[in-house]
Amino acid sequence: MTNGFSGRFRGKAPAVRGLCLFIICLAPAGAALAEAITVVSWGGSYARACQQAYHESFTAETGIEIMLEDYNGGLAQIRAQVDAGAVHWDVVDLEMPDGWLACQEGLIELLEVTELPAGVNGEAPEDDYPGEYVTECGSGVTFYSTVFAYNSNYLTGPPPQTVADFFDLEKFPGRRGMRRSPFVNLEFALLADGVAPDRIYSVLATSEGVDRAFAKLDTIKDQVVWWEAGAQPPQLLADGEVIMSTAYNGRIFNAQVLENQPFVIVWDGQALDSGFLAIVAGTPRYEAARQFVQFANRPESIANISKYISYGPVRRSPRALVDSHLATGVKMQPHMPTSPENLTRAVRLDWRWWSENRDDIYERFSAWLAR
Amino acid sequence: MKRILHLSAATPRLGALALVLPLLAFVTVSFVIPLGTLLGKSAYQPEVARVLPQTITELREWTGDGLPSEDAFAAMARELTALGENRPELARVSGAINRVQSGMRGVLNRTARRLARTGQAGSWRATLTGIDSSWEEPATWLAIREAGARFTLRHYLHALDLEQRSGGGIAPKAADERVYTPLMWRTLLVSLGVTLLCLAIGYPIAYMIAASPPARGRILLLLVLVPFWTSLLVRTTAWIVLLQRQGVINGFLVSLGLVPDDGRLQMIYNMTGTFVAMTHVLLPFMVLPLYSVMRSIPKSHMAAAVSLGAAPLQAFRRVYLPQTLPGIGAGSLLVFILAIGYYITPALVGGRTGELISSQIAYHVQTSLNWGLAAALSSILLVAVTVLYLVYSRAIGIERMRLG
Amino acid sequence: MNQPAPHVEYRAVHKRYAESDWVVRDLDLELNRGEFLTLLGPSGSGKTTCLMMLAGFEPPTMGDIRINGVSVAGLPPDKRGIGVVFQNYALFPHMSVGANLAFPLEVRGLSADQRRERVARALELVRLEGYEDRRPNQLSGGQQQRVAIARALVFEPELVLMDEPLGALDRRLREQLQYEIRRIQRQLGVTVLYVTHDQTEAMAMSDRVAVFRAGRIEQVASPEVLYEEPQRPFVASFIGENNLLRGRIVSVERGVCHVDVGDQHIQAAHIGDLAPGSETLVAIRPERVHIAPLSMHYSNEFDAEVEDISFLGDHLRVRLLTCGSSDFIAKIPNIVGHGGILPGDTVRIGWGALDCRALEAEAL
Repeated sequence: MTNGFSGRFRGKAPAVRGLCLFIICLAPAGAALAEAITVVSWGGSYARACQQAYHESFTAETGIEIMLEDYNGGLAQIRAQVDAGAVHWDVVDLEMPDGWLACQEGLIELLEVTELPAGVNGEAPEDDYPGEYVTECGSGVTFYSTVFAYNSNYLTGPPPQTVADFFDLEKFPGRRGMRRSPFVNLEFALLADGVAPDRIYSVLATSEGVDRAFAKLDTIKDQVVWWEAGAQPPQLLADGEVIMSTAYNGRIFNAQVLENQPFVIVWDGQALDSGFLAIVAGTPRYEAARQFVQFANRPESIANISKYISYGPVRRSPRALVDSHLATGVKMQPHMPTSPENLTRAVRLDWRWWSENRDDIYERFSAWLAR
Repeated sequence: MKRILHLSAATPRLGALALVLPLLAFVTVSFVIPLGTLLGKSAYQPEVARVLPQTITELREWTGDGLPSEDAFAAMARELTALGENRPELARVSGAINRVQSGMRGVLNRTARRLARTGQAGSWRATLTGIDSSWEEPATWLAIREAGARFTLRHYLHALDLEQRSGGGIAPKAADERVYTPLMWRTLLVSLGVTLLCLAIGYPIAYMIAASPPARGRILLLLVLVPFWTSLLVRTTAWIVLLQRQGVINGFLVSLGLVPDDGRLQMIYNMTGTFVAMTHVLLPFMVLPLYSVMRSIPKSHMAAAVSLGAAPLQAFRRVYLPQTLPGIGAGSLLVFILAIGYYITPALVGGRTGELISSQIAYHVQTSLNWGLAAALSSILLVAVTVLYLVYSRAIGIERMRLG
Repeated sequence: MNQPAPHVEYRAVHKRYAESDWVVRDLDLELNRGEFLTLLGPSGSGKTTCLMMLAGFEPPTMGDIRINGVSVAGLPPDKRGIGVVFQNYALFPHMSVGANLAFPLEVRGLSADQRRERVARALELVRLEGYEDRRPNQLSGGQQQRVAIARALVFEPELVLMDEPLGALDRRLREQLQYEIRRIQRQLGVTVLYVTHDQTEAMAMSDRVAVFRAGRIEQVASPEVLYEEPQRPFVASFIGENNLLRGRIVSVERGVCHVDVGDQHIQAAHIGDLAPGSETLVAIRPERVHIAPLSMHYSNEFDAEVEDISFLGDHLRVRLLTCGSSDFIAKIPNIVGHGGILPGDTVRIGWGALDCRALEAEAL
């Protein structure tokens, strides 16, 4: 009897001990996790490029592990985490308008441009970053661009050259792909209507200007296939569903070099946009997160990204470091939104204007779309 | 003794309560609280009144004609100065006011920043109008007063495409400015259409499964259920491959010569795409309740009706159909409610004309962060669904509903 | 002389489903007007199929079915005007009793007044006056069955088919309804084709019974004839109880044949044209077997060993070892004087030559 009882007890002892150990371990485990941060980005080839460009070297240098998560933009999740006081995202790759809003709302930590690393030749960071991509909470890392592209298999006549051609149904009959958003489309419409790239936002500042943009969009409305996700336009072009489509330049580049798609990018009127890495307010791993953001802003980190995807540096000094695509050896300079020949008629998206007017414009766009 | 008896009677009741407690807690946490918060958010927004209490008090005394008093300017300036220290609070307040009138976010941020640097210059009125000319416009103050109301139906007005006229009174917006009501009607109509389509397709399928010998019935049922096991995105993408202009169906029609190559049918990125994809996705929700009801109807009922002199169609209409009503009701209700909330499928294949209200709700939750409006839109949908549910339970009786 | 055609005729009817075996083979059967005929047989013997072919739910594979001398091939079931009562009543659960009964009248376009009057009359017939507004699920099984019968009669068909209508009821209710159905049938004078596997039910209700076996009719006759004069061993054993002794015919003279059963010798009524030397099964009803003290001398008398005795109230059931059979049953009325038999005793048993029948041997 005694034997049976102690035998049973002995049998359970390891499990009990294990449970105790587990509970005791919880506390030090928290400390150990400080050496790992969660970085949230856009997924796909862009996140993979960042990972290869500098995540690995960051971990090698600092010993801080990076856990990569994907999201689809927007501030809802960050706001929920900050409001609940339970922050588990440490660094988030935000679009400029969202980043600015988040900064205003205090959802992300301050990070002045002066705190970022110096340029290639020791330039002061505040001089190396273009002023319109600097906020109190972070500064633009890479440029990506919305361009329009066509499939040379299907569009065989004289090629389109300008944004005006995109809106010209007579010269280029057929359906066009556009993002289901007023973003970029209003700028494209005004460019096509003859507004100079640097005058776009002064025209949009008046309600007549917005009317003018919508009126131009009206002319092709019936021929537009509206896309939602960045992966859609290359597919639409490859399937011949549309004759040309607006698209992110990186996606088209990938289709060109990795899948040998006969796509051609028209750089005229390319809409430059950027985003920055932000530290979520109140993260318990603030120091590690800050280290990471600073590392990511080093000129060589940013230049490295262009080995994997055709997104160019926002800060000026690393632009010269852009070399060739690692997987295929293609020279990257002609594919960069930031190469001088591609920049001649580029529009820099004014995210300040967009964050002020987005709700109204979006609503108007929705109403227009539904008609 | 009496007490013991009393206790022994009470214990099982307590025990039962304890057993139900986890369920109650679950329902509260997962249903009552979120729903309450949702309804609350749509009509209650205390931020502005909490952060700018003096300004709002002053503005309440203002008639709305011309500009408010110097006291109001002073209160605004003092409170903005104080806020300058508190970025998140300022952002939240300027965001809330910006939603009433665009551009106010910039005005408030600019003013707060400048006030912190320069302080008062002359009267407060002169100081503020010196910083930004918007302070000279009554509309600015109206917007602040409006945003300062703790309880507001503004989001509901907005969601119903109504606007407050300057002279008081509420009127619908101009037809080309309406965003949400057309989408809501469209959502209701599409959901209704999808429900009818699911019924039209699902009824014969369910009948076939119920009438088949068990072995074949199982295989047919499996075929209906297979879509359940595929990811929604994969299913939707499959429809894109099938329906697009260069897709399988168009290719087939062109190769048969039924459709000219330059006149390929547009079956996706429009209402057709939404209908086809949603009907496919939601079909099992119609078939399963119908099948479960049909299986329980003895085959002899139809035979009996025919033997009593009813023609087959008449027998179906008078005897079989009425007995499947609970299944029709359950399936339709299920499909309709799911369709109303559908988001991904219409967004991917609906194009411009196939978009539904839920994508607007998602936009306001995720991107514009206008949760008040999102909550108001959701609440209106909730009311619509509840009304339909009540109509249903009156018409058919909810206790007769059979879900499977 | 102009004899009226039978009400229903099956003429060389065959039925099979797809590639399966024949469910009904070479069926010839006639129903006379006003007759109550029962198809009796074990389950799977094809009797329900016969019913369904007449109702029009299944077409015969071969052969012809006639009603009033006219073939009904190609006539859809809803045009045949036959009342059918189904095994599980098949009352429409979404309609009240009144609506169920009015249904056949409604599809025939009768006015509301006519419907009301006929429904009331039908309910009176089955003694359910005032039940119009009940739902079928508010009725007991017996009441539901009465409604089903009333519904099959309310449109005044001349022919009513009933497919095991009492199968789901308990014995007492079943007996009561057997009587009711018989009463109603007599009262209305309708022709009834009734299917059951319960021989007691068949005997109690029918004018004639057709015994089915594996898709064929073994014998059609009144219950008395079936019982007293079975033509085949299957009928002999299926209707009531019979001891069957296998033997060989030795000689036949004046309707009585001599049969060798093992080492015993039996005299039995000679059935059909069995010649001496052919195999036979001799059928003896247990209640016709007498046990000593025998009050008279019988043509067949043997010694038998008592294996077992059961007391069944009105009679004793005695299992005996005799004539090469270890399962020979005798029923002795519960009359004073038989109490003395015990298992293991050897007793003298006897029965008359005409109380047993020498039938053509066949596999059972």
